[in-house]
Amino acid sequence: MSNFWSAWIIILTVVTLLLNLWILLANRKSTNAGGTTGHIHDGIEEYDNPLPQWWLILFLGTMIFGAGYLVAFPGLGKFPGILNWTTVGSYETQIAKAEEQYAPLYAQYAATPVEQLYRIPEAMKMAQRIFGNNCAQCHGSDAGGAFGFPNLTDDDWLWGGDAHQIRTTISQGRTGVMTAWGGILNTEQVDGAIAYLQQISGQNHDQQLADLGEGVFSTYCMVCHGATGEGNILFGAPNLTDDIWLYGPDEVWIRQAVVVGRNNQMPAHNVLLSEDKIHLLTAYVYGLSRN
Amino acid sequence: MSTDSPETELSAQSKPAGISDYPETSDDLIASDQLGLAELAEVDLYQKREKIYTRRIEGFFQRIRLYTGWPLLLAYFLLPWMQIDGRQALLFDMPARKFYVFWFTFWPQDFPLLAWLMIIAAFGLFAITNFAGRVWCGYTCPQTVWTAIYMWVEQITEGDRNKRIKLDKQPSSLGKFIKKFFKHSMWFGFAFLTGFTFIAYFTPAKTMLVEFFTASDALWVYAWVLFFTLATYLNAGYLREQVCMYMCPYARFQSAMFDSDTMVVSYDEARGEPRGSRKKTEDYRAQGKGDCIDCELCVQVCPTGIDIREGLQYQCITCALCIDACDSVMDKMGYPRGLVRYTTKTNLAGGKTRILRPKIVGYSFIILIMTGLFLFTIGTRDPLRLDVIRDRADLYDVAADGSIENVYELRVLNMAEHPADFELSLVGLEQYIWLGPQQVSVGSGDTAIYPVRIQVPADQIDIAVQEIQFEVVSTEQQNISAISESRFIGPFN
Repeated sequence: MSNFWSAWIIILTVVTLLLNLWILLANRKSTNAGGTTGHIHDGIEEYDNPLPQWWLILFLGTMIFGAGYLVAFPGLGKFPGILNWTTVGSYETQIAKAEEQYAPLYAQYAATPVEQLYRIPEAMKMAQRIFGNNCAQCHGSDAGGAFGFPNLTDDDWLWGGDAHQIRTTISQGRTGVMTAWGGILNTEQVDGAIAYLQQISGQNHDQQLADLGEGVFSTYCMVCHGATGEGNILFGAPNLTDDIWLYGPDEVWIRQAVVVGRNNQMPAHNVLLSEDKIHLLTAYVYGLSRN
Repeated sequence: MSTDSPETELSAQSKPAGISDYPETSDDLIASDQLGLAELAEVDLYQKREKIYTRRIEGFFQRIRLYTGWPLLLAYFLLPWMQIDGRQALLFDMPARKFYVFWFTFWPQDFPLLAWLMIIAAFGLFAITNFAGRVWCGYTCPQTVWTAIYMWVEQITEGDRNKRIKLDKQPSSLGKFIKKFFKHSMWFGFAFLTGFTFIAYFTPAKTMLVEFFTASDALWVYAWVLFFTLATYLNAGYLREQVCMYMCPYARFQSAMFDSDTMVVSYDEARGEPRGSRKKTEDYRAQGKGDCIDCELCVQVCPTGIDIREGLQYQCITCALCIDACDSVMDKMGYPRGLVRYTTKTNLAGGKTRILRPKIVGYSFIILIMTGLFLFTIGTRDPLRLDVIRDRADLYDVAADGSIENVYELRVLNMAEHPADFELSLVGLEQYIWLGPQQVSVGSGDTAIYPVRIQVPADQIDIAVQEIQFEVVSTEQQNISAISESRFIGPFN
């Protein structure tokens, strides 16, 4: 807000308040009490009586309240008010209050190791709610995953499935990158690689192309996916020999991955959730494939 | 204004023969006819309330009021202490959002039932009003009962009507202070009991009893007890009849329920007029006088300060105090009772009161039907609820084998008093695979969430959106079940 508009609002507000006060006090007493104002409508005359006193007091009360409000809270142009109240501050105060109120509920499980925590039903009931609020949007309510989002209920882990690895994934997030090979490999090499993938994952394939692809794989792909194609949790490189597919087993999705690559993002949650909540979530995810 | 009232003039000669404890001088009388003011030319728009001093009276109807008022009062004060199945019989647990009413536990989703209960109660009120007038107001309304108790306190601390009027006119003195002190202490004491009991309906009463007096209860408990104590004190001590006259909507719309066969408290004008004082021995009929000796007793006992002889007024709460007052005077004079009595307009005009009127028959019929439906609903209420929320992040998933998948969150709410086992199932799909729990166990009063993935083979998808239903059935009692609708979404062919 520019200084001009700030001053404009201050002047309008203050002048209106003062004018109101003046009108109110100037009409406090009637010189003509008991008489009429001369207004007649349908034979009904208007008396020229003063305001009832309780009304006057209420009126003055609202004005004093209004003046006090303008001093304490933002209202006069750019003047922030002596309480320095803001909507953001109000929001943060309430969040802090809620944190303070609920933190002990989460904290009671902080010392329990994940390997035991996932067997405590009360803790998992809370964790289920945290999962529903923060994770289910991508991974699904049942954590069964969706197109491009991994299933958390099976034994196949992109980044490792022990407690520490799961906690790191939730807390710091992960970025899984598959290089776009379209500019490096020629069409025949791409077809070959795809056929080889189909072969090691047990799908129908063209054996001739697959034989060609094996060479391509051992040159380019095995760096991340390993010599046998079983993946590497250090890079989040998926196991290519099972029938678990982040983007579906159809050739069109495999080709897309090989040609234009993939860029998968698990957001870091340590900025959103407290340590104790992440601990509960870790146990929940840990337990999904073990219960 | 009161000095100009015609009442003062009338009461100057109001000493009836044979009755010695009536007002000695006109100064003792406070004119009660304050309500004709609107007819005056110049009116103060903000009318000051004239204090009403009521005279105590005993009689048939006052005994009835005692017999209706006491059980209700006792019920109010004792119910929070009653226990059923090891819990408070009547407890409205706001933080937990559970409402215990004797053997039932109600949840917020049962609120329509409360609305229906209120509607039935309202119709009951209409019916009884049409038949017997404002008996609710006169005999059972808390406003009346509490005001009566406060008036009784006035009576025993400050004395009867004349003494109270004199006391208020006296200058301050130690005696006056002591009397007033006792009155206000008792008022406050009863107000506190009332407020404390009221809050005991909303928080476990036994715990509250201990915690409240050891200064360890929650702040809101103290705040609300204080609020209801003050509200009771001001209401029954000062507001009194003004609530009935200016605030209560029922007093204003009761005329819609009245007809000429409705019972009202009425003065028999034909028999009473012309009124006038007389000696007990004289032949008043020869002097052309009616039965009314104009003792004003009926006015002095009235808690709303009206004169029943002016006919039916909206202020009349039919407490029948004036009937008892008049009957006592009639007895002393040796006249027949009933100069002021419960009667109907038809009756007063010489006709015969009809009891079976279309209004009453109609009200009763509707009440019977609604009560029946209400009891049926309560009796057959399943303590079980199912909510289904479909995952909406994507329309559907495709499994590795090409099957179409939808994910649902099933929320099973067990409202029963004990934990129970349930079976979840699905209706509306011919062939599907249920991935997720199907046999579940839910604790009492618990909401359990079960995520479920439904898989349908791709060749079984006929239409893009299939309406389906989830069902939860109690394993032990097959008749307890709940249904929730949802959709299965597949690719558009």
